[in-house]
Amino acid sequence: MSLHLEPRLQPSKVMAYLSPVIAISLTLFVGVLLFTALGKSPAAAFHAFFIKPIDNWYGFGELLIKASPLALIALGLSVGFRANIWNIGAEGQLIVGAIAAGGVALALHETAAWWVLPLMFIAGALGGMLWAAIPAWLRTRFNANEILVSLMLVYVANLLLSWLIHGPWRDPDGYGFPQSLVFSDAAMLPILLAGTRTHAGVLITLVALVVAYVFFRWSLMAFKMNVTGLAPRAAAYAGFNQKRMIWIGLLTGGTAAGLAGTSEIAGPIGQLLIPVSPGYGFSAIIVAFVGRLNPIGIFLASLLMALLYLGGEAGQMQLSLPSSVSSVFQGLLLFFLLATDVLINYRLRWS
Amino acid sequence: MNPTARLELRGITKHYPSVVANQAIDLVVQAGEIHAVLGENGAGKSTLMKIIYGVVKPDAGEMLWNGAPLKIQNPAQARQLGIGMVFQHFSLFETLTVTQNIALALEKNTDSQDLSQRIREISERYGLTLEPARLVHSLSVGERQRVEIVRCLLQAPKLLIMDEPTSVLTPQAVRKLFETLRRLSDEGCSILYVSHKLDEIRELCHKATVLRAGQVIGSTDPREKSARELAEMMIGSRLPSFEKRELQNTGDIRLEVKQLSRRADDPFGTPLQAINLQVRSGEIVGIAGVSGNGQQELMTALSGEYLDKSAKQVRGDILLKGKSVLGLAADQRRQQGLRFVPEERLGRGAVPAMSLSLNALLTGYDSGLSPKRFINYHTIHQFAATCIEKFRVKCNSPYSEARSLSGGNVQKFIVGRELMLHPEVLLVAQPTWGVDVGAAVFIRQALLDLRAQGIAILVVSEELDELFEICDRIAVIYQGQLSEAQPVNETNREAIGLLMGGAGFAKQEQAV
Repeated sequence: MSLHLEPRLQPSKVMAYLSPVIAISLTLFVGVLLFTALGKSPAAAFHAFFIKPIDNWYGFGELLIKASPLALIALGLSVGFRANIWNIGAEGQLIVGAIAAGGVALALHETAAWWVLPLMFIAGALGGMLWAAIPAWLRTRFNANEILVSLMLVYVANLLLSWLIHGPWRDPDGYGFPQSLVFSDAAMLPILLAGTRTHAGVLITLVALVVAYVFFRWSLMAFKMNVTGLAPRAAAYAGFNQKRMIWIGLLTGGTAAGLAGTSEIAGPIGQLLIPVSPGYGFSAIIVAFVGRLNPIGIFLASLLMALLYLGGEAGQMQLSLPSSVSSVFQGLLLFFLLATDVLINYRLRWS
Repeated sequence: MNPTARLELRGITKHYPSVVANQAIDLVVQAGEIHAVLGENGAGKSTLMKIIYGVVKPDAGEMLWNGAPLKIQNPAQARQLGIGMVFQHFSLFETLTVTQNIALALEKNTDSQDLSQRIREISERYGLTLEPARLVHSLSVGERQRVEIVRCLLQAPKLLIMDEPTSVLTPQAVRKLFETLRRLSDEGCSILYVSHKLDEIRELCHKATVLRAGQVIGSTDPREKSARELAEMMIGSRLPSFEKRELQNTGDIRLEVKQLSRRADDPFGTPLQAINLQVRSGEIVGIAGVSGNGQQELMTALSGEYLDKSAKQVRGDILLKGKSVLGLAADQRRQQGLRFVPEERLGRGAVPAMSLSLNALLTGYDSGLSPKRFINYHTIHQFAATCIEKFRVKCNSPYSEARSLSGGNVQKFIVGRELMLHPEVLLVAQPTWGVDVGAAVFIRQALLDLRAQGIAILVVSEELDELFEICDRIAVIYQGQLSEAQPVNETNREAIGLLMGGAGFAKQEQAV
């Protein structure tokens, strides 16, 4: 008797939705083992990790401002992912978006006009787009693999930001710390929910959710990209323009990441510093897949991932767990999701 | 006859999730008998053969070999017993020689000098001309099949299973194969011959067992039945009949190919060489040929797929209604009235995981099925529903995913979709490949109806019978060259068969 995998005649629709749920359950189960092994009471750990951070109004606000960039980037990435265009470098696009928007904020530091903020968002979007345009161009021109190029550009973006805030953009009165001036009020997003740090950037994500829903459901372009992802030869047969899809897929992800980066510096951070993001660009990849590349799923998955971030922080403070515990949970989640996704096309059988 | 049968199957049953592939199959094969296993696609022939060869284990039933019951665990055991199998799709390494390929399949280490000698002996004895030192990629499909057969014969089989052996052969090569099989049969080797080609079975086989939906419908002596009777046993109903076509006057030239040459994309592909072809309004031109002689390359060049890849590799011109379309992409050519039904249905002609409605959009989005940017679900749903009804596609609804349909029904849907979107020139590759007899007749009739409406149709097929049935003119493709298209009433199967074998074509230098 042994357990083995047997191909299903048809991929299971139920499993496609159940798989993330199973993955989450397994992640939590391993979490219990992990906490026990570390000598913590699982119940107390779970309370600190998943309940405590959001049992108050402020905590709820924190959840939103963490979920917002995750969902926004995941939505942008899912456009490309649906067409098998693998933009792994959203983190870099976020950083370059933040640099571009931050540059505007610093250049207009003395200008207290209403248009500073919109200009920052335009610059942020263009910055993210520009960074994503590099892998798009290399892919369409030289067939260079966008996974590698976009990933490597993350490190380039990080070094660029590091150079700027150690050099030309360093706050002259900042006691030598590597950070920029604190932005003027005109460059800051207004607070949306009193008593929290929830800023107006959340609204951008909500609009993006609706736009993405409409786009995926009704647009011909999304249909073409879906076909390309599901059956590349059918896309060639139908004559869909692959290059255009590569551009759209990568630029959408880049734009979303750039906007998310702008929201971060014009929201909770308020200046340019390192790190400008706790890995939102990478976590958003997990969010996109846990959410099944579907706007509603991405919305739910972004809340879960935000909770993992908050729980990780709380775990450090209250249980003196190592800071990497958040990454461990993220990794477990993606690992189990990839494993359980096998069940969409296969079933388990004893024989 | 010999009292103990070579092979006897009793009540063999095999279930797959949601399908019964074989249900209580009884089969008796005598020594030296050439026994046909006849049935449509999906009737369970392949599963049954795999059970005999030990690839698949049955759920129930028993198997007797020379009167003794046994269970075959794996193909190695089957080979030891003396069962050999030649698969429909060959398993040969292109970059190795014939001897090396055969050595790989043998269980024991063999001296390659010695083996080459044995290969030569066997191939001479059975008329299977084969040069042991040649690399497989330089062999024709017929020669590759010989490698597979010789590989089986080296083990002195008592039973040889041949799965659709003639689908890749020219008529002359089929004749040669039959001689070999008859000689084997005379020496006492039993042969299980899996096929759906009725004329061949009537010519070759001593006995035929007909399968339908996983069950044995009956056994008969095929030499005493007409092809029509066998076909009706196979499909279980009266064969739909064809509307006789009559010659009609053809109109203007719709599709013209002038001196088209194209380099191959990969080292084992076939380059096209100076191809000339004209298709007029109201005629069906057929392209015959053994598979792998440039059919796919020609169709891809005509349809415009992978344009950016091939732009630099193309010489010559393609004219659609008198205008060059060489620089146009697949969608632009389609907008000019060129429509294409490719040979792969799922994954190319249709997206397996999408509904039929959305699959209608695949080539219909720029032909009035959708506004410029957004999908009108009502329109595509209506379109798909009409197509399903008009072309008798068996499915639950337009919401059914393409992959849930059988091959024949997907093909009917794709043909229907392209026909409903007003083609002026229609390219069809392998219109009835893997399609059941009823659907095949339906599709051929649809093409003839389209011809009557004055559409220019180009059909690529490996089934000569089909081409002779529906075409007005037939050309042959061989190693990337195309013969002049001959009117069907001025040529015959033998002449076309000779062309398919390369007679009359300029000799190619062999790439090594």
